[in-house]
Amino acid sequence: MSVRAEPAVAASGVRKRRGPLTWVSRDGLSKLVFLLPLLLIFGTFSWFPILRSFVMAVQHTNLVSPATFVGLDNFATVLADPLFGTSVANTAYFALLALIIGYPIPLVLAVIMSETRRFKGLYSALAYLPVVVPPVVAVLLWKVFYKGGSNGAFNSILGAVGLGPIQWLGDAAMAMPAVVVEATWAAFGGTVIIYLAALLSVPPELYDAAEVDGASIWQKIRYVTLPHLRGILFITLILQLIATAQVFTEPFLLTSGGPANATTTVLLLIYQYAFGSSLGGHFGEAAALSLILAAFLGVFTAVYFWLTRSWSTES
Amino acid sequence: MKLPLPFRRGRKTPQAAQRGLVSLADWRNRRFRWTLSTVHTLTLVALLIIGLGPILWLAKAAVTPTQDTLRQPLALWPNGFDLSLLTRAFTQIHIERYFMNTIWIAAGSWICQITVATTAGYALSVLRPRGGRFLYGLVLATLFVPAIVLLVPLYLTVLSMPIVNIKLVDTFWAVWLPAGASAFNVVLIKRFFDNLPREIFEAAQVDGAGPFRLFWSIVLPLSRPIVGVVSVFAVIATWKDYLWPMLVLPTPANQPLSVRLPTLERGIQLDLFLASLAISTLFPIVLFLIFQRMFLSGGGISGAIKG
Repeated sequence: MSVRAEPAVAASGVRKRRGPLTWVSRDGLSKLVFLLPLLLIFGTFSWFPILRSFVMAVQHTNLVSPATFVGLDNFATVLADPLFGTSVANTAYFALLALIIGYPIPLVLAVIMSETRRFKGLYSALAYLPVVVPPVVAVLLWKVFYKGGSNGAFNSILGAVGLGPIQWLGDAAMAMPAVVVEATWAAFGGTVIIYLAALLSVPPELYDAAEVDGASIWQKIRYVTLPHLRGILFITLILQLIATAQVFTEPFLLTSGGPANATTTVLLLIYQYAFGSSLGGHFGEAAALSLILAAFLGVFTAVYFWLTRSWSTES
Repeated sequence: MKLPLPFRRGRKTPQAAQRGLVSLADWRNRRFRWTLSTVHTLTLVALLIIGLGPILWLAKAAVTPTQDTLRQPLALWPNGFDLSLLTRAFTQIHIERYFMNTIWIAAGSWICQITVATTAGYALSVLRPRGGRFLYGLVLATLFVPAIVLLVPLYLTVLSMPIVNIKLVDTFWAVWLPAGASAFNVVLIKRFFDNLPREIFEAAQVDGAGPFRLFWSIVLPLSRPIVGVVSVFAVIATWKDYLWPMLVLPTPANQPLSVRLPTLERGIQLDLFLASLAISTLFPIVLFLIFQRMFLSGGGISGAIKG
């Protein structure tokens, strides 16, 4: 018996070396302790909700009755909703207007500002000031400026030159441009600062060389400055598209999606599905629409990460 | 004749000094210089009107009675000052309460983000447990998921936490804890820890420092710069957030300024409302003026890239 017992003891000894006790003494426990916040917080508030959104998208769920699986019904409902087309068109319109109005302004400003020899700090501080104003305050302030009557701030400027008054937020054709102008005001300063930093990285020798070849200032911008900014311009373009596709605060607070759904963006529709007073509680549809938008944005996000990655390894 | 500007600055070698688009020859050309300074002056005036104008208007409106603001919105000087508006914003609206809520929410989110990011960065970069690379991959993967996907399922999660069944809605925890799940922070801190010299850790271990001691006395003090960067992002992001706190903090007494201000708009006089807006803007602007350099240089760039 005793002879037979020996291998068992040895075997348990071998096992013990990999058992929990030695694992603890080899800092396994402390590793776990340091990973715990990550596991708990990401598990509960990131990984689990992401998985749950896929489940919810194929469920009929409204918190009241138990959830039932409905396959792709939610996607069908969303795609058949006339507001879906409206919201996609509105979001695309917002992105387009933001591109036309908001995209060139920071670049032009940065090129001009980078050539100042005096008050350089003043220029950039003034451009950045709107970014510092809390977004909600900025929106509410502009809502006052946009007041419709002839006494509104913008309408009194128009009135002084004999125009207007315009129903800025009350007119279906004017509402979206008005929202975009506000959003541009709130954001252009940050982009100016990015471009200013990028302009510093243009090697002065290139300008020297261009001048030797007799290049005018426009040619220098066209053939030296802009090609050098190509990378950062593309990155800000993608970031702007990602941000405009998810615009919420501005249309929600300025127009609540109105008038006549002229400013209902995709995010506003998701909000209405899930939390709106009339639609509300359609969590499945909201999850489905979120996933549709995410799939679309995923392309941009992938391009962005691919770009910044090759960018950071290059320089 | 005055010397062209680059020469007047007293730099040792003007040619070698950072030159931009405009060449020295251009600067010597009087007509060109005149055009350029006109463009610059116009830009400065435009920036003054666009950048500072609305904020000055708000400052004026904060001490102007409603009737004045309504009748002549663009009057440069108010007819009558009503300084009591500023005190009424405190006594009547209790703006300090929502201001403190904002501060509390920002502080709690900051602690949560820093705790998760530093411990996770330390574990993944220095302790390197088995499966660490896989975990890091899972963290990176969430960078590709836009925040909107999380909105509805995250709301249902804080409504009733999985397994433990606790309701976080209407407590600050509903904002604090989800803020910690920022993959961007973890990546930033882990990369910083990756670049710390391994010799320091080995030396500390030889001296008998355990993993906790190593974290507290070596790694954290060394990572002050990156923790500072993450902190600035964390505070700015929570200060600006609107949709999430609006969803999870339905009781007005718990709401931060950003959530409370839009609901005030309907309930109070315009002059009092604008005074409240002005007071809410004051704090960030003062912070900006103090830390201007940081915002306008590197920090602002990565902050903007973060989006």
